[in-house]
Amino acid sequence: MEGTSWDLALVVFEVWLSVVLGLIVLPAMFGVSLGFTDLYVKALVKTLEWATLRIQRGQKEEDAVPAHLPNGIIEKDDGSMEEEIGELRRSHPKSLAGGDFTLCDAFYFCKKGIESIVEDQVTQRFTSEELASWNLLTRTNNNFHYISVRVTIIWGLGVFIRYCILLPLRVTLAVLGLSWLVIGTTLVGLLPHSNVKTWISDLIHVTCYRICARALSARIRYHNKENHPKKGGICVANHTSPIDIVILANDGCYAMVGQIHGGLMGVIQRSMVRSCPHVWFERSEMKDRHAVAKRLKDHVADKTKQPILIFPEGTCINNTSVMMFKKGSFDIGATIYPVAIKYDPQFGDAFWNSGKYNMVSYLLRMMTSWAIVCNVWYLPPMSLQDGEDAVHFANRVKSAIARQGGLVDLFWDGGLKREKVKESYKEEQQKMYSSMIKGRLPSHERQDCEV
Amino acid sequence: MGSTSSTLAKIPNAEDLMQETGFTPAHLVRLYDRFKVLDKDKKGFLTPQDFVAIKELAMNPICDRIIGAFFTSGGETLDFPSFVRILAHFRPIDKNRPKEPTSPDPINSRSNKLKFAFQLYDQDKDGKISRHELLQVLRAMLEKQVTEEQLESIADRTIQEADLDRDDAISFEEFRKSLEKVNIDHKMSIRFLR
Repeated sequence: MEGTSWDLALVVFEVWLSVVLGLIVLPAMFGVSLGFTDLYVKALVKTLEWATLRIQRGQKEEDAVPAHLPNGIIEKDDGSMEEEIGELRRSHPKSLAGGDFTLCDAFYFCKKGIESIVEDQVTQRFTSEELASWNLLTRTNNNFHYISVRVTIIWGLGVFIRYCILLPLRVTLAVLGLSWLVIGTTLVGLLPHSNVKTWISDLIHVTCYRICARALSARIRYHNKENHPKKGGICVANHTSPIDIVILANDGCYAMVGQIHGGLMGVIQRSMVRSCPHVWFERSEMKDRHAVAKRLKDHVADKTKQPILIFPEGTCINNTSVMMFKKGSFDIGATIYPVAIKYDPQFGDAFWNSGKYNMVSYLLRMMTSWAIVCNVWYLPPMSLQDGEDAVHFANRVKSAIARQGGLVDLFWDGGLKREKVKESYKEEQQKMYSSMIKGRLPSHERQDCEV
Repeated sequence: MGSTSSTLAKIPNAEDLMQETGFTPAHLVRLYDRFKVLDKDKKGFLTPQDFVAIKELAMNPICDRIIGAFFTSGGETLDFPSFVRILAHFRPIDKNRPKEPTSPDPINSRSNKLKFAFQLYDQDKDGKISRHELLQVLRAMLEKQVTEEQLESIADRTIQEADLDRDDAISFEEFRKSLEKVNIDHKMSIRFLR
């Protein structure tokens, strides 16, 4: 009896594997889509729309709090410090042009402070975006409670489909894809340097990423492919999760930049570099800015190497905004190819909240979402202009990406996720305020400050 | 079955709070969600450190004073009702409120807003802004940007202009008189978008 049940299991496994290979892996490798994902996404959209209507019907009596407020919850004055304090002072009886300290100046800072207590731009960027309507995933169920039997049944069905059907399928695909990458690149690494080697290596990389994209049920739309990053350039993109790499590499080969890890990641990294040049750093090397810049410069100068892929924010942001770009990659003098990535949160939240989830739980969450639907825009290449410094250039690129992706352009540093605000920010505020007072100092004092 | 009523139920004494502060149910829920976001360790109350963690507040020159306004009498914990009561000062003034001479001023009256601002200056709460206290605020707002003498001359001039009874300090009445033309409702109010 035991023998037959094992045989049966083996047969099922073989059938399963051949279905997966035949219907998913092979077409993926050739870049052919059998249309399953598209059909699936269409069905999903219809289901979610139906669920939304149901939920809204259930809520219509109540004075419901709208969950998704893209512009924030409070009104903020757009004026600069000068304008706001100027307005305050104008109503003061003794106010004179040129600015004088008045007791009401403190109102400006007080109001700004209270506004930031009620709502600030930074804290919300490191948690997942709120959804306008529930997408039938338990994890996004914050404000939506039991609505009706039918919605609950659909939700239950969804759980079954996602965990019992999609998850095993996706895990199989991911394992296949990564093994393919490791084995393939190691084999290619044995070949001597030649055009053929590069071509095969590119093929292996792309096919691996395509399999991985299937493993996430990713539906990616690429826009403006004519601006695709070219060799000798640097591709910069906004960072939401490690999946960004899979998303971008589906459409071309890039040289990755990053720190060498241990464990499985390290194995993958080491085998990748055998077949084509990536830029991996030891942890100690990362601190030496000059060494990093030099290696990047060398890579970029070699026109046979693939464009470098860098995420200048340095950390994962929740895809509603773009935070400060670190200037390192903009200082090298290479052409920058900006790319904007925007995920559709309705089908699955791609943001990696590294404080809350480790890599494995994050990947599990990804593989039990409905799908990953995203848009990728390739923006026209940009270079450093005459007289422009790296910081200004970085901000220019950041604004272009934010505009294209419909994201909020923030000056805040993503590093604030873990660090405290630097004193320099406060000093900036004090400096701006002092310029509104110095003008009115009596003449003998003015001579003092000339010194 | 809507979302507001279920979250409103989680807020203790919601009805009383709304009565006292004048916030609508929707706004109270918003503030409750914000309170929970700020309370990262889920203690149930806020500490000064939770406030300093707000990056935009940390770069405000008078950050310490604003936080001090929440933690009166040296306490280190702030529960949700107290949080909301302080924020109620910044509700826009209810223009349609009938003027009943016997009922007390609502928390967000023009007078109470001015009192809140006054207390940012008057740290020892003796009802007067002394020269020393004024200097402290100036120092906070300007720190390294001006010299000590410049600070002193600014303080002197300010007291000269506002101090009507020549006691070298600014009382609340003098403070109020000095700012009588300022549009307090606009400058010291925060409006919810919905």
